[in-house]
Amino acid sequence: MAPMETHIESRTIAVLVDNEPGVLARVIGLFSGRGYNIESLTVTEVDVSHGLSRITVVTSGTAQILEQIKAQLARLVPVHRVRDLTVEGTSVERELALIKVAGAGDKRVEALRIADIFRARVVDSSHDHFVFEMTGKSDKLDVFVDLMQPLGLIDVSRTGVVAISRGPKAL
Amino acid sequence: MATEQFTGAEIVIKALKDQGVDTVFGYPGGAVLPIYDAIFQQNDIKHILVRQEGGAVHAAEGYARSTGKVGVVLVTSGPGATNAVTGLTDALMDSIPLICLTGQVPTHLIGNDAFQEADTTGITRPCTKHNYLVRDIENLSRTMHEAFYVAQNGRPGPVVIDLPKDVQQGKSETYLVPEDVKHRSYRPKVDGESEHIEQAVEALSKAKRPIFYVGGGVINSGNRASELLTEFVRLTGAPCTTTLMGLGAYPGTDKQFVGMLGMHGTYEANLCMYNCDVMVNVGARFDDRITGVIDQFSPDSTKIHIDIDASSINKNVMVDIPIVGDAERILEKMLQIWKAKKHSLDAQSAKSWWKRIEEWRSKDCLGYSQDGSEIKPQHAIKRLYELTKDRKPYVTTEVGQHQMWAAQYFHFDEPKKWMTSGGLGTMGYGLPAAVGAQIAHPEDLVVDVSGEASFMMNMQELGTISQYNLPVKIFIVNNQWMGMVRQWQQLLHGNRHSESYSDSLPDFVKLAESFGIVGMRCEKAEDLDRMIQEMIDCPHPVLFDCQVTKEENCYPMIPSGAAHYEMLLGPEDLAAKPISEEGMVLV
Ligand SMILES: Cc1ncc(C[n+]2csc(CCOP(=O)(O)OP(=O)(O)O)c2C)c(N)n1
Ligand SMILES: [Mg+2]
Repeated sequence: MAPMETHIESRTIAVLVDNEPGVLARVIGLFSGRGYNIESLTVTEVDVSHGLSRITVVTSGTAQILEQIKAQLARLVPVHRVRDLTVEGTSVERELALIKVAGAGDKRVEALRIADIFRARVVDSSHDHFVFEMTGKSDKLDVFVDLMQPLGLIDVSRTGVVAISRGPKAL
Repeated sequence: MATEQFTGAEIVIKALKDQGVDTVFGYPGGAVLPIYDAIFQQNDIKHILVRQEGGAVHAAEGYARSTGKVGVVLVTSGPGATNAVTGLTDALMDSIPLICLTGQVPTHLIGNDAFQEADTTGITRPCTKHNYLVRDIENLSRTMHEAFYVAQNGRPGPVVIDLPKDVQQGKSETYLVPEDVKHRSYRPKVDGESEHIEQAVEALSKAKRPIFYVGGGVINSGNRASELLTEFVRLTGAPCTTTLMGLGAYPGTDKQFVGMLGMHGTYEANLCMYNCDVMVNVGARFDDRITGVIDQFSPDSTKIHIDIDASSINKNVMVDIPIVGDAERILEKMLQIWKAKKHSLDAQSAKSWWKRIEEWRSKDCLGYSQDGSEIKPQHAIKRLYELTKDRKPYVTTEVGQHQMWAAQYFHFDEPKKWMTSGGLGTMGYGLPAAVGAQIAHPEDLVVDVSGEASFMMNMQELGTISQYNLPVKIFIVNNQWMGMVRQWQQLLHGNRHSESYSDSLPDFVKLAESFGIVGMRCEKAEDLDRMIQEMIDCPHPVLFDCQVTKEENCYPMIPSGAAHYEMLLGPEDLAAKPISEEGMVLV
């Protein structure tokens, strides 16, 4: 018998589901009902003609719990496929953030300078605010948000992680 | 040429017929009146009127478990649906295939807090295998057939179909027959991984101390799975134990059967589990009632786990050889390989393994002494078994000590004869479940082994029993306590009997009589056999109030947080092995 693991790791899981009413509630209810973590969750229809939605969920737990999470997801009736993008080959992960910074003077200049370094785009501005748009891996977004904190950060909206496997194969 | 049009209610009835449904358990109300009207105008499907919706779901469970078919429930919106929730959860935990049709307010009122509106799909999402809200009559027949497919395939479970009243009353030309409906995504694996099956047979063939650990999955898989299991176990000569849900999957009177395992399982079954070197789990789920404290669970064994639900594998206990699929198919293949390779267990090891098992058996852990006139509850149940066994009865139970004693002292040689609320432990299950079993098997003997407290949770179903003159035998093991609660209070809470006394009990004989049911009361051991016989011989329903010793405890017992070898065999052991604090927090 293998010993129980205690090491906690993070995984990005892609779930292809029928786009039917209640399917998101089913997935979220599964996580809350069984006490699993959701670090990020995104969902949108990805195949209109077949009525399929794709859920990307970032979760964490011991190896045993992570296997449970995948098995529990897979047994939901409207679920077509469950893939662990973290362990099954490599993948590309992205998140988009809109970040509002208000202020004037030196801080404003500094915010713009840092945004430039991070390749954040200005999508809205006035004399006393900017809205930056930024895409990248979540940790890069975290760093940028942290840097904006002392420079007048007032609002953040993030999409959560979307991910796709590298290489020519589909989910 | 005008095509035929159906109302939604007619489509529902038509779909039920096409699915082979002959019986529906239900209770009417405003939001299902169109379906009740359609029921009134046909004769193929019989409706059984219960006295509370909770009873309808348990009755459908009893029907499903005693037949292997899908149980069907029909209830109204709002309170009708919420009353069904306990039964749905019960069926989910015990993997019972059910379809529960719930009425709903008309689609244009959904979300308006309309009269008797409840968010039924929201409420039942976590307590069903799947659920549907049918907003468009065009999808109705498809949804009905899909629901039956989902309820029965893979790990079975309850499915709710919420039916707004305007959908029931609408008209459509669309009716799909079952063969035309294929589910888009749900395709459970049934065959098992060939490589793992080979490995499993290989591991078993080398075992010195094997055990088969069998659960309700074998019963759900069908009678053939039980036959294959029995053949396989006999061929190997290994001992076999079953869970509470698995009783009857392997013949209970067979010499290779070592009894039920787990919290109130036999000494020999639990020690087999602790000491085995190869464990073959077929359709059981390493539930906490079975394993005791996990890190002491069968520490030295190679574990093979056959389950149709991949999420049951490595959930509680890490296993060495997982096989995901249907028990029947996998047992068939294992047996084939075993025979083809002419395997047999090492005779010498088998002999010494059985010698140890016989030593454990000789402890006679279920022994009790019946002396004097006062009836010991164990004795009452054992006599009930002895006097009914030739009739091969269907037995349901409530929850508590009587349930465990029934599991210990009844022996089932066939599957589908034993129905108890295992996973959820629902008091009040047994009486309506007996109704369902009796409806399905009108000529057979059906007994509900009950406790006086559990009985009162659904005793309104006496009305149903009376209305349909169902010859159910209700055997109340009346100890005037919520005995199992009292036992835990004695063991874990300094014998402080907080709120566990069954006060103000009715006169059960008069109660029965007021429903037109025969009532009997037995107070003396010397009357027991005669009165049980009288009960069995009575062609009508009987309520039997069996007054037993009040403060008897149920042994053996593995207290929460303890290991299999720390089993308490009787009151003497209790003093010697106090229960740990970690154990006390567990349920
Ligand atoms: C609906 C429900 N409520 C509470 C419990 C907790 N419980 C488990 S056993 C029990 C006592 C049962 O008493 P009785 O039916 O008289 O059976 P006995 O143990 O005395 O044989 C209780 C309250 C339960 N299992 N189900
Ligand atoms: Mg009692």
